[in-house]
Amino acid sequence: MKKTLATLALGAAMAAGPAAADLVFPDLSYRTGPYAAGGIPFSDGYQDYFALVNARDGGIGGVPAKVIECETGYNTEKGVECYEATKGEGALIYQPLSTGITYQLIPKVTADGIPLHTLGYGRTSAANGKVFSNVFNYPANYWDGASVAINYLLSENGGSLDGKTITLLYHNSAYGKEPIRTLEELSKKHGFTLTTIAVDHPGQEQKSQWLQIRRERPDYVVMWGWGVMNQVAIQEAANIRFPMENFIGNWWAGAEHDVTPAGEAANGYKALNMNRIGDLPVFADIKQYVHDAGNAAGDGSNVGSVLYTRGMYAAMLAVEAAKTAQEIHGTPDITAAMMRDGMEALEMTDAKMEALGVPGIGPEFNVDCANHGGSGMAIVQQWDASAQTWTPLTDYLESDAEVIDPLVLEDSAAFAAENNIAERCN
Amino acid sequence: MFYREAGDFKTSYVDDGQTFPIKFDRMRYYVVLAVAFGVVPFVINDYWASAVFVPFLIYAIAAIGLNILTGYCGQVSLGTGGFMAVGAYACYKLMTGFPDINIVFHVLGAGFVTAGVGVLFGLPSLRIKGFYLAVATLAAQFFLVWLFNKVPWFYNYSASGQINAPERTVFNVPVTGPNTDAWAKYMMCLVFLVVLAWVARNLTRGTIGRSWMAIRDMDIAAEIIGVNPLKAKLTAFAVSSFFVGIAGALFFSVYLGAVEVGEAFGINKSFLILFMIIIGGLGSIFGSLAGAAFLVLLPVLLKNLLVGTLGWPTDLAAHLELMIVGGLIIVFLIAEPHGLAQLWRIAKEKLRLWPFPH
Repeated sequence: MKKTLATLALGAAMAAGPAAADLVFPDLSYRTGPYAAGGIPFSDGYQDYFALVNARDGGIGGVPAKVIECETGYNTEKGVECYEATKGEGALIYQPLSTGITYQLIPKVTADGIPLHTLGYGRTSAANGKVFSNVFNYPANYWDGASVAINYLLSENGGSLDGKTITLLYHNSAYGKEPIRTLEELSKKHGFTLTTIAVDHPGQEQKSQWLQIRRERPDYVVMWGWGVMNQVAIQEAANIRFPMENFIGNWWAGAEHDVTPAGEAANGYKALNMNRIGDLPVFADIKQYVHDAGNAAGDGSNVGSVLYTRGMYAAMLAVEAAKTAQEIHGTPDITAAMMRDGMEALEMTDAKMEALGVPGIGPEFNVDCANHGGSGMAIVQQWDASAQTWTPLTDYLESDAEVIDPLVLEDSAAFAAENNIAERCN
Repeated sequence: MFYREAGDFKTSYVDDGQTFPIKFDRMRYYVVLAVAFGVVPFVINDYWASAVFVPFLIYAIAAIGLNILTGYCGQVSLGTGGFMAVGAYACYKLMTGFPDINIVFHVLGAGFVTAGVGVLFGLPSLRIKGFYLAVATLAAQFFLVWLFNKVPWFYNYSASGQINAPERTVFNVPVTGPNTDAWAKYMMCLVFLVVLAWVARNLTRGTIGRSWMAIRDMDIAAEIIGVNPLKAKLTAFAVSSFFVGIAGALFFSVYLGAVEVGEAFGINKSFLILFMIIIGGLGSIFGSLAGAAFLVLLPVLLKNLLVGTLGWPTDLAAHLELMIVGGLIIVFLIAEPHGLAQLWRIAKEKLRLWPFPH
């Protein structure tokens, strides 16, 4: 049995290996499981943008981009399998959309010389390029997000959070635990009381957590949620009549599918966002070149949604980095190592975004050898249940570098010591 | 014709009591070992190691462990995931606490720590059995996962609660960390599996194994004929947890390299390993290996077939994969409730008579 299966699997894997000179962008997506609601639109946006670049511009610098999709189900074991299955195809960049898989891949990509881009997730201290040579988390990371949320609350309260209580409701995983350290530092600095409440995977059951919130009556609830946890939390908040305008999700807890199940009751819920949404000119191109040509990823219904836009933004940053790499090395056929150089030299300006048909989709930022984290800015948006839209409340807010930078240095120094990594960029 | 006892004369008690009494079986066993040690390490690549062989070997160790407890001693356990987590975290603490000691000893140490924890959670088995014991071990599963999430000491106070395996070497060859070669990972797990399977096989043929089986078949009768239930049950928990702990340690250090307890060692893992031994065959070492192979290889095979060869959408393939694996489990259990090991036994009976069945 064992042998037969192994032989069969060998045959299947050999038949599966295509050979091509395209630029390969693996898409470690998840369209199944409790996190699929977020994984599907992100992956659709990611793939559609590459399809657009191929159809409209004839590829990146004349070389067609090829997306290899691999289903991870947000599961680390499958994530490892997907990584090993695709890296031999000449993969240029990995974007797993999972903090757990990111932690797996950080040492692996560094050993294999492939860049890893974790757009607003993953290991926060990877922003320190001196230690993490192949990992990038621009334009913003979790600690920026936590700090932006607190800065927003500060501005709402006239610059002081003294005596306020803030509860962090988090997904009980590496992802959800990331902001705790920053919030603890910020609570010392600004004098608010922080309580943390964990929600276990997948987060479908939150009665006890919201009972605790109801009993403690915090002034604000900040949520680090993902997948089915978000919609359950918003529904439960509505059930205990927690004022929605005091409930702020991070940027992974602020998509349409998170708020629509609660209906009218979700009105006023706030969330961070690292990219602007809205009717961007690029969507018309996607419709014309990709969807009308019948090449839409998924069922094609997600265009313009929060996570679709973010997936497209992720693909756009990858394409721009690939273009930068092609310029630096003077060849259209870039390798993963060249791609890494391109990412490290990436510059996103307003003019560039305007030219790409996505004016103001993200903040302006530059990546360099030491800073892999971008500018760390985010906006706050609010859900309008009657219009079914997210309304931006602020422009890009700065995070508190004074608090975050020492934390990043401390955590990355610990990683460097554990793994004997010498600092680069000196 | 080739597969028969006739003509294979045993002249000593040692010969008479050997594991594979039939010559053909013995040769097959040595050929499998020779291929596993002499051929596979030279042809294996990263994909084959990380997606197929290493998970298979590790799950096989865990399945043998659970089979000792459930299949041989009759104590139902749903705490396997939790015990694997104990192995993983013990290995992590040992690796980071004593970096100069060889990783092999850390893995063994993790096994002993898990054995201790297993005995502790095995104590209720002295008073309760069956479904009630299953619930008690379920409590162990949830408690242990909660513990490793809650107490920062276990993950060395890292910001994310993740544990990461630093690079460690055996004979100057890295076996953990990102620079490990595929063959090194494979060999590390293979050596552990072969040694542990050999130990398990011989334990279950000896006094201890027989006392376990006596307890399994009828505990009151066993007690009357002089089997000490305390000793039998607790040794079963200890040995089983030792195996499961080693599987957890290898799972974390060699296979994944970074682990998050809720995701890697949740209740799903307990069920997965329980399914492995049920499909493979309760009370059989070969069954543990077959069950692990079935549940590790089949999804990978289906994925490669549906997505890679046929080019179907990944989500459709993932859903179909669940349906096919689930359907096959049901078919197997209806067709052969005693698992793959029983199919193998029947095949061997038929082979003995072949080609003249009458």
